[in-house]
Amino acid sequence: MADLTTNFIGITSPNPFWLASAPPTDKEYNVRRAFEAGWGGVVWKTLGSEGPPVVNVNGPRYGAIWGADRRLLGLNNIELITDRPLEVNLREIKSVKRDWPDRALVISLMVPCDEESWKDILHRIEDTGADGVELNFGCPHGMSERGMGSAVGQVPEYIEMVTRWVKQYSRMPCIVKLTPNIADIRKPAEAAKRGGADAVSLINTINSITGVNLDSFSPEPSIDGKGAHGGYCGPAVKPIALSMVSEIARHAETRGLPISGIGGVTTWRDAAEFMALGAGNVQVCTAAMTYGFKVVQEMISGLSQYMDGKGMASTADLVGRAVPNVTDWNQLNLNYVTKAEIDQALCIKCGRCYAACEDTSHQAIAMSEDRTFTVKDEECVACNLCIDVCPVEACITMRVLGRGEVDPRTGRTVGDYANWTTHPNNPMAQAAE
Amino acid sequence: MTNSQLTPGIAAGRLAAGDYARNFADIAPRLDAHEARVAADRCYFCHDAPCMTACPTSIDIPLFIRQIATGTPEAAARTIFSQNILGGMCARVCPTEQLCEEVCVREVAEGKPVEIGRLQRYATDTLMATGVHPFVRAKATGKTVAVVGAGPAGLSAAHRLAMKGHDVVIHDPRPKAGGLNEYGIASYKTPGGFAGAEVEWLLKIGGIRVEHGKSLGAGLTLDGLRADFDAVVLAIGLAGVNALRAEGEDLPNVLSAVDFIAELRQQDDKSKLPVGRNVVVIGGGMTAIDAAVQSKLLGAENVTIVYRRGQDRMSASLHEQEHATSVGVRILHHAAPVRVIGDGAAREVEFAYTEDGPKGLTLKGETFRLKADQVMKAIGQTLSGAPEGLTLEGGKIAVTGAGRTSVAGVWAAGDCASGGEDLTVTAVAEGRDAAEDIHASLMEAAG
Repeated sequence: MADLTTNFIGITSPNPFWLASAPPTDKEYNVRRAFEAGWGGVVWKTLGSEGPPVVNVNGPRYGAIWGADRRLLGLNNIELITDRPLEVNLREIKSVKRDWPDRALVISLMVPCDEESWKDILHRIEDTGADGVELNFGCPHGMSERGMGSAVGQVPEYIEMVTRWVKQYSRMPCIVKLTPNIADIRKPAEAAKRGGADAVSLINTINSITGVNLDSFSPEPSIDGKGAHGGYCGPAVKPIALSMVSEIARHAETRGLPISGIGGVTTWRDAAEFMALGAGNVQVCTAAMTYGFKVVQEMISGLSQYMDGKGMASTADLVGRAVPNVTDWNQLNLNYVTKAEIDQALCIKCGRCYAACEDTSHQAIAMSEDRTFTVKDEECVACNLCIDVCPVEACITMRVLGRGEVDPRTGRTVGDYANWTTHPNNPMAQAAE
Repeated sequence: MTNSQLTPGIAAGRLAAGDYARNFADIAPRLDAHEARVAADRCYFCHDAPCMTACPTSIDIPLFIRQIATGTPEAAARTIFSQNILGGMCARVCPTEQLCEEVCVREVAEGKPVEIGRLQRYATDTLMATGVHPFVRAKATGKTVAVVGAGPAGLSAAHRLAMKGHDVVIHDPRPKAGGLNEYGIASYKTPGGFAGAEVEWLLKIGGIRVEHGKSLGAGLTLDGLRADFDAVVLAIGLAGVNALRAEGEDLPNVLSAVDFIAELRQQDDKSKLPVGRNVVVIGGGMTAIDAAVQSKLLGAENVTIVYRRGQDRMSASLHEQEHATSVGVRILHHAAPVRVIGDGAAREVEFAYTEDGPKGLTLKGETFRLKADQVMKAIGQTLSGAPEGLTLEGGKIAVTGAGRTSVAGVWAAGDCASGGEDLTVTAVAEGRDAAEDIHASLMEAAG
């Protein structure tokens, strides 16, 4: 079995699956159980400043989006940082770390945006034995109204400033957790790097309202008839997170900056995808909150099996493998021509491809009297919609036209690689020569 | 008196009191809201869906299932009822495994269709439980239509005519409306007085009067109806029962399965229904299955269906046959009755093995006998009481187009009319289509 031991910015854990800073990591009881279940590390739920802890709402903290059979697809929360006294958290962190030295234990922090506050909290956590700190610049609700969380994460200058303080007053590795509630994720990542961060972690949750009660007209989750936006996470956010991770992984200014991938990781496959796009490890929350800590066992066995199959000896062999293949649109090969092909043996004749293509795309699928569906190559632009809506896996596939073949739609012969930058329709095109 | 399954002859109360309630309970209870959402999610919302084509009433099945999936079963019910006003009963009795569900692409692909029938019941039950009738009548036309027969075809025609603004009078000889919905069909498919409740709900459209006690030839004449009404719909079903044409057929305890089912349907206390220790049902259709299964459920020890041809020729669906065998009914094929034996009452039936050859069915020399305290005939019904002057075709009232008979101003629909299968859902479709045709011709005549 592949060795999943992961070294992330000098922090070693037996596997790359960490629990993210969130309700599951709020106290010793949970974290001990998580380690017993096999999690490689945890980021302890965000600590605030010394003093009376924050309070949470006493109504619902979570809202959800469901698929069929109430499969939870997206989760939203309006919970704040830990609402337990700082000294209790510190005592528990120390106790857990002493008993689980081989597991990663990182402390998430969020204090007011001034030097003294950061200096103070870093001093207080020093002798817990924790492996590192994660700066919570991402939390989009509640704390952001008080100038913390995403209010900091949305201003690159603040990120840089705070990161610098942290590196100045602490010897611990520092991870900066980024908010996705921003136009260009590369900017805060650059700032974190400039400030001396050892890594970034992303994404934190996305501003969201999970629904509206159409009787009371309250947003969900509803607190006494009112709702405030919460942070969205779970399987639904994964595509957004993958894109943001890849942007940082391939951006010239941030390339090589270690990334802890977060956002809808539910299975080993999700984790492997984040890692292929440059994440050195992953953090998980919603999957554990939905199914309990045991899910990590499937993640461990699945990733091992995959890596064995690929002949990968360590997770480092996987990290970043897909990054070179993430490119800009204008670099895509316009001479890559494909045509949809329907496998009649697999087709169940539901006609969804036909409806989708006929009504909303290119009228490139023909339907016969006996419900046989065939692709009209002379109309097919290879948009992939038929494949996306087909309920049968692999029933419709894309056939790649070989070099020299004629595309019946355009009448042009398939040639060598050529992209938009040299295309005659592009007013900015440069001559190919 | 304590009877059991082993009590000889014909006896009531063969089972413990609780067994009856269990045996005659709803065979396929309504889905709950979550089950319905999960079942609805399996629908692919096919383009030009095969299920819809297979439905004799052309219900927009993908649409109503999507309406269930999005939490609006009432809207789903409207979609159903707009095509099939007896969609509630059809959800219970349609042989869906031979119609919509047979052609469901998921049946073809996985052998597990979307549960269209049960979803339809979920939707229709939800709306009917509100007590609201979903349709309103159009402005009164001043036209009147007589409907003879208050079964599925007659009710369907009457409802559509009333909705179009015509005034309708339905005549039915029996004390309750509903036809086979009320007097046929196994109890466990439609328990809880559903048939009666459905009629009551249907009549809420208004403009329909039901008169009981009269039929053609018994208080009514076609000429009289034609004189009194602007149009007439004949939906008189098949009231006759085919004879065995075997010696001993007239012995006591040789009865019509249709009558047996009707009596059973009208008896609320099933423990009062007498049933033989040994019951032999002759036939291969739904009536045979319904009579045999219910005999078994009443406590008969041995119930045997005997069908003269092979299993592939039985008109009862495979699903129904499997249900029968699952409750302990034995089904014998390739045997035809040659005589009923008994001294004053049936005791045994003698059968000859048959052979289905190029020259049709022939009896082989070898025979066998089955003990029979009751013999039930379920070998098909025939048209009876059709008025003189109508052209018949294959033993039914000949119709062209949407139920037009050979007599002007007279339409026929349902089992009594030629064409179409003898199914509730087909009767509903024919009644509806005849009503639309009547409406068009009355309005055309009115200019």
